[in-house]
Amino acid sequence: MTTATLAPARAEEGRIGLPGHLRHVGALTRRNLMRIKADPESMFDAVLMPVIFTVLFVYVFGGAISGGQDAYKQYMIPGLLGQTGITLAMAVGTGLNSDFQTGVMDRFRTLPIGRSSVLLSKIAAETCRALLSFTILIVFALILGFELKGGFLELLAAVGLSLLFGMSIVWISMLLGMALRSAQAVQGVAMLVLMPMQFGSSIFAPTDTMPGWLQAFTKVNPLSALADACRALMNGQGAVAHPVLIVLAWSIGITAVFAPLAVARFRKRT
Amino acid sequence: MTRISTAPNDRGPAAGNAVEVRGIVKHFGSTKALDGVDLTVREGTVLGVLGPNGAGKTTLVRVLSTLIKPDAGTAFVGGYDVLRQPKQLRRTIGLTGQYASVDELLSGYENLYLIGRLLDLSSKEAKARATELLERFSLTEAAKRVAKTYSGGMRRRLDLAASMIGRPRVLYLDEPTTGLDPRTRNEVWDEVQRMVADGATVLLTTQYMEEAEQLANELTVIDRGRVIAAGGIADLKAQVGGRTLQVRPGHPAELPEMARCLHDTGIATATFSADTGLLSVPLTSEDQLTAVIGVLGTRGFGIADIDTKLPSLDEVFLAITGKPSDRPAAEDAAPSLAKEPVA
Repeated sequence: MTTATLAPARAEEGRIGLPGHLRHVGALTRRNLMRIKADPESMFDAVLMPVIFTVLFVYVFGGAISGGQDAYKQYMIPGLLGQTGITLAMAVGTGLNSDFQTGVMDRFRTLPIGRSSVLLSKIAAETCRALLSFTILIVFALILGFELKGGFLELLAAVGLSLLFGMSIVWISMLLGMALRSAQAVQGVAMLVLMPMQFGSSIFAPTDTMPGWLQAFTKVNPLSALADACRALMNGQGAVAHPVLIVLAWSIGITAVFAPLAVARFRKRT
Repeated sequence: MTRISTAPNDRGPAAGNAVEVRGIVKHFGSTKALDGVDLTVREGTVLGVLGPNGAGKTTLVRVLSTLIKPDAGTAFVGGYDVLRQPKQLRRTIGLTGQYASVDELLSGYENLYLIGRLLDLSSKEAKARATELLERFSLTEAAKRVAKTYSGGMRRRLDLAASMIGRPRVLYLDEPTTGLDPRTRNEVWDEVQRMVADGATVLLTTQYMEEAEQLANELTVIDRGRVIAAGGIADLKAQVGGRTLQVRPGHPAELPEMARCLHDTGIATATFSADTGLLSVPLTSEDQLTAVIGVLGTRGFGIADIDTKLPSLDEVFLAITGKPSDRPAAEDAAPSLAKEPVA
């Protein structure tokens, strides 16, 4: 009698259990990574953006901003590290949106898996992409002559902090992904939000030449704190604690506000 | 309030019913997509749910797949309650629809492997099952290609394969051939018939009487979220009229004489149209078809072509309700006509 069914004991209970969840997240992460293989262009942002941004800013604006390219490299590249996690976090929303639109999500929802598995696997795959992006950025920076004055541990701390902040942005990205109609709209809105956040921060230029109202914005902009923290860590400067704490506070705050909203909306739609 | 709604749940589904739907209601805003639907699918049979666009067919399938929750009523699939035991229920069903789709950026193989893993097959089992189903649905050669590159028929076959990974006891096929050309449609029908031969219980929604007749044992006709007719295919055909034999004579001038001949012998009542050059004979049995052709042949009438035709969905609705089926279109037309004199 039990030979015909696949998992009779579990089927009767309807419970999934931790090993089951892990297996589902693993299978779905694999799926997300396989999608990249079929659509390599989707890696352009992760692979090329760090390169293009570095070249563009170091050689076009570097001299003007810092009076020298070498000084500017040390200034801007750590900030770029912080920005990378956020850009990639925004891709979670686009991916989620297209899963809903194409009906793949409906297929998943008719399977006996936890709904959180779909989300966690998206985050896992984006983390892989972000790690690749960080690696490319750092290797390219070293080739251009970036000097890692802080140690290796400090570098890892900067990457970890960028990832952590990126993870908190994932929730906002998810909300956008579920609220907006198309993947293009998600991308468009994400750009609109990101552009002023990126440039209205200390990532690309010191803020002291900016007008007062803009300085007020850059001071509260968490990307400034993130850039300052990464810069202090990678350049081996002492004053690390303050910006790191601000970034941690923002990450926790954003997560506390947006994670329940995103999860509630996700549960409602699934 | 919960007490009232759960009370009837305590009476479980009757033995032998793979699907049992009782008084399901679903509103979307002010629209009643389902307005108290009752139906049953006996184990090992195929129920055809026939209805026009917007009748509530897809909403019904979505309720029975736990994709949406009904506002009222109960439904059991494989003995599991859609509201109380969604996880168990999901293990017993397979779904092929226009919406629950495969991943276009994965290969056919990867799609099937993924679903196998999500259904808790071991990696080895999932591989074996994917390979087996690709073979069965003639997709082995395309196994490594991404689904985006598949033709319409291949996509549908992959969809069917995906819904069968977990050897579901109950399969939902939501308009499985809508938008397919006749050849691919026949391929899908062949596959469905094989699944049924293997013992699957199928709930099939369709807009085509022909599809229902090909595949279903029983038929439920729904319109605007309500069941307006239900029964065996034969019963329903008796109600709405079965096939019509259409004869194209070798000499159109003989049409009246042919009709008179059939009438005189008492075999059938035929009508003819000089415009189309066709003699139409409503049939109630296959014997009658043989008799009609036999009589026309022995009387020496030349026959250029014969064909039999099932009533269209419109004709079915006309017969059951006395009204045509596409009322939403008529409603759309009415206000715009009313506006014209004002402008």
